[in-house]
Amino acid sequence: MTIAPTDVEQAATRTAPQAAGTASPGEGAQTNNAVPPALPPAPGRAAADYSGYRIVAARHPWRWAGTAVVALGLAAVLWSLATNPRWEWDVVAQWFTAESVIRGLGETLKLTVIAGALGFVLGFILALMRLSASPLLVSVSWTFSWIFRSTPLLVQMLLWYNLGYLYEKISLGIPFTSVTFFEVQTTTLVSQFAAAILGLTLNQAAYSAEIIRGGILSVDQGQLEAAAALGIPAWRRSTRIVLPQAMRSILPTAFNEIIGLVKGTSIVYVLAYSELFYTVQVIYNRTQQVLPLLLVATLWYIVITSVLSVFQYYIERHYAKGAVRTLPLTPLQKARKFFTIRTNARNLT
Amino acid sequence: MTLADSQTTVLTRTTAVAPTRGLVEITAVHKSFGSLHVLRGVSLTVEPGSVTAILGPSGSGKSTLLRTINHLEKVDAGYVAIDGSLVGYRKRGNSLHELREKDILKQRTGIGMVFQNFNLFGHLTALENVVEAPVVAQGKTKAEARRRGLELLERVGLGDKAGAYPRQLSGGQQQRVAIARALALDPKILLFDEPTSALDPELVNEVLDVIRELATSGTTLVIVTHEMGFARDVADTVVFMDQGQIVESGTPAEIFANPREERTRGFLSKIIEPAFNI
Ligand SMILES: Nc1ncnc2c1ncn2[C@@H]1O[C@H](COP(=O)(O)OP(=O)(O)OP(=O)(O)O)[C@@H](O)[C@H]1O
Ligand SMILES: [Mg+2]
Repeated sequence: MTIAPTDVEQAATRTAPQAAGTASPGEGAQTNNAVPPALPPAPGRAAADYSGYRIVAARHPWRWAGTAVVALGLAAVLWSLATNPRWEWDVVAQWFTAESVIRGLGETLKLTVIAGALGFVLGFILALMRLSASPLLVSVSWTFSWIFRSTPLLVQMLLWYNLGYLYEKISLGIPFTSVTFFEVQTTTLVSQFAAAILGLTLNQAAYSAEIIRGGILSVDQGQLEAAAALGIPAWRRSTRIVLPQAMRSILPTAFNEIIGLVKGTSIVYVLAYSELFYTVQVIYNRTQQVLPLLLVATLWYIVITSVLSVFQYYIERHYAKGAVRTLPLTPLQKARKFFTIRTNARNLT
Repeated sequence: MTLADSQTTVLTRTTAVAPTRGLVEITAVHKSFGSLHVLRGVSLTVEPGSVTAILGPSGSGKSTLLRTINHLEKVDAGYVAIDGSLVGYRKRGNSLHELREKDILKQRTGIGMVFQNFNLFGHLTALENVVEAPVVAQGKTKAEARRRGLELLERVGLGDKAGAYPRQLSGGQQQRVAIARALALDPKILLFDEPTSALDPELVNEVLDVIRELATSGTTLVIVTHEMGFARDVADTVVFMDQGQIVESGTPAEIFANPREERTRGFLSKIIEPAFNI
């Protein structure tokens, strides 16, 4: 038997702390808590007993030095930002919440949300098509991505908006016959807004399809096999088993895309669509306060990105469930822990 | 008492009533991957409620044979039938019509499978893993499936781990969850593909004990394994495969004590000798 010796050893180590406890009565449970031992361990003993020692955390002097340098640099930058009058913060403040700017911001958000959501839904479908067994679906999906990734977004946008020039009327009917169910003027169908959404969505879909496909490929094949062996239907296999696990690798890149899209919406200026960026351009062309107004837009983009980053953190955390043994603490939890430890330490000394 | 506690008790097969379902008939099955002829005319009948152990060297086609039983692998020739109905096909007149995905999935719910590397769904808890299939594939209510899921986890000795994610479980515990997951569909046949070969030696027994208990439950078990001692204890029939063919099959006593074929003897001498010296 090979088990016996290990058992005995374990039993031996398990009794060791108890022996120490009896050596210094009255301390029992506290031995871990930074209390010096009543009896120092006997010198020259082979198996030393460290249970009574105080644990001193490692010190990192260079970390502190580095922090100080960075803090100094940051302070200098903030100081110059605050004191240099050419930044014209008063103008920034005046326009930051101006009604037209807020309206532009609303349009930017609207475009981002709609194009982002539609883009990723379409991207998901394209990714599934690309991974399907049907050669037709695969090639349709591939061609879609190929076209939309190889033409400049600006050109796509203008093409959609000028669809009326290429095709005066859009009609629904049976191809190659004269049967039509309905017909509209293209220009009434494709407004500025529709052109913007079409352009952004299709372009976004082409990119997100690849991101989602990459995520799906990263999930172990065995998961699909197990699900199939359990009789779980194909759609459910994709959405319930594979996608949630793919999310872990999809999310970081997907948020990159969304954040890119927030600022990327500014490209709709070519359609004279008044989202945030176009709005501030119109304003500074009128008032000539170029820099402060660009700052207004920038600050709003920073706000949006910050909010999205917080979302990203918690969404990623959600999908990390089960992928890591123990979830790391959130910043809030970390802060709380930091302060409780500090308070405890102070109470002890 | 949980299963994991019942260490190496010698079991006599005590199935109260002779099971009437779970008959597997494999007839002249051929399967190739490209130019590699992996199954070369395999025929095997597995009686309802019996335990069959498949042995054989690596690459001999054991896993492939197992996977043809639940149609994870399509056969090129021959057929597999379960309780008289063809797996993956429907007979109409003189022709066999391939079943649609939906019907294949339905067939599969009668056949549980336990994989070498568990394949538990990593983002679902132990209980969620067990509950998923009965709800979506069998249309059970959530509450009913949960109740039964807890019961099954209890049965494999993991009643206290229902909320744990697979990565928080040891290998042996993960495999026991996988067995509970397969059992949740009340399958008439359970397929095990080397259920213990990804496990540390000290975890092997906790899984084998669970399987040992299942052997008496009336479910048909087909087990690909390298655990010779276990096969000898538990199996009614031992099948030895080599190079895509069944070399010989018989009771454990026949196969282990006096194998007829030279290839079987060669294989067993390599595997068994070291195993008995532990
Ligand atoms: N999908 C596949 N494509 C190509 N070859 C395959 C495929 N699956 C299995 N094979 C080949 O078929 C042969 C039999 O494989 P199989 O997995 O059935 O062996 P096995 O008896 O289970 O071996 P082991 O004991 O190592 O698991 C091997 O040579 C393997 O490489
Ligand atoms: Mg195998």
